[in-house]
Amino acid sequence: MPTFVYMTRCDGCGHCVDICPSDIMHIDKTLRRATNIEPNMCWECYSCVKACPQNAIDVRGYADFAPLGHKVRVLREEEKGTISWKIKFRDGREKNFLSPITTKPWGEAIEDLATLPMPDEEALNSQLLCYEPDVLGYEGGLRDLPGELKQGVYY
Amino acid sequence: MFTNPFSELSGLIPPLAMQVYVIAMVLLVAGGTVLDMIHKKSAQYFFKNAEKAKAEASRSVSIVEKTTIAVTTVAVDVLTSGEFCNQPRRQAHLLTMYGFILFAATTAIMIFGYIGADTPVILPLLWHLGALMLCVGGYWFWFFIRVDVAAEGNPWYRVVRADLFVLSLLATATFALIWSFMQAVGASSLSMLFFGLFIMSSTVLFGGVLWSKFAHMFFKPAAAFQKRVAKADGSRDGLPAPADKPEQFGLGIKRLLPKNY
Repeated sequence: MPTFVYMTRCDGCGHCVDICPSDIMHIDKTLRRATNIEPNMCWECYSCVKACPQNAIDVRGYADFAPLGHKVRVLREEEKGTISWKIKFRDGREKNFLSPITTKPWGEAIEDLATLPMPDEEALNSQLLCYEPDVLGYEGGLRDLPGELKQGVYY
Repeated sequence: MFTNPFSELSGLIPPLAMQVYVIAMVLLVAGGTVLDMIHKKSAQYFFKNAEKAKAEASRSVSIVEKTTIAVTTVAVDVLTSGEFCNQPRRQAHLLTMYGFILFAATTAIMIFGYIGADTPVILPLLWHLGALMLCVGGYWFWFFIRVDVAAEGNPWYRVVRADLFVLSLLATATFALIWSFMQAVGASSLSMLFFGLFIMSSTVLFGGVLWSKFAHMFFKPAAAFQKRVAKADGSRDGLPAPADKPEQFGLGIKRLLPKNY
């Protein structure tokens, strides 16, 4: 189920654009609100749904197998370390889930990482993933790595 | 320099004409807003949404509670632009909002009350301050904060219809300041040129309500109020109920400004 944005709730802050691993959350050029420019390419990680501070992003199935009427909404409360999901079916049934946001100290969940130092601020702000490109094992590193951050899509 | 710029103008344009122009602009805004509501069906959507929320409500909200919500909405969402989670955007919005209020209110007061009379020095001072605040907030937004520039990598001079409001607003404030300056230094022909540009841009600003986002100053407070009511009555726009847990972690993503987009 790809994501979509409620235009009336979105304030165009850009957190979803920032977090989307597929780079398909963009700010609409006319409305200045976030929009999923390519739902077909959404891999449904729900990062944007969870990151949205205005709770303006929902998910919905494709109309051929999930006719509209159902709802999936999520409330992420990082202050409490929880994430709640509310699933509403077309027949009115409702399911609620409450899960902890799993945050574990560096190296505890993935033991191999314990041998490496925790990434610094610069590494966290980088476009590369953790310890990339070294961990990919490419000789000589990645080629044609852009010197600047991505600049969005030009039409 | 901080004198009533409309007083000097009264030698050329009768005060009645100025007053008629201000009334015409108010009527244009009112008419444009109504047409905008009819065209976009925003009021229809708003009330339909409110009804839907009411049907999903788990408790009724009393009049006292609604009054408290209305006061909170005015204090947080309207007066301090609390909706914005991006602080620079919020600051720029506050500057332009209060700048516009000061500018529009003092213009009306000076035109209706003080042409030909001694204008209290505070009025022209506030008029200039309002225009200046508009310029600071507006240009900051235009060059640095606007998503086309900040997010999509477009150049600042790329103009689309969505820019009608902010550009006409900026042009009005900028030409007003230049006109006042030219008047103060006694450059009469230049002063008339910039006065003409000022009137042209303000006519576009107030006359273009149907095509611009001018009407947001009316429907945004209503939407913010409805959002708070939906929270209070338990419908929460379909969102899950808040978790019954203590707040023991930090702000998370809310502490960050989006910067890689």
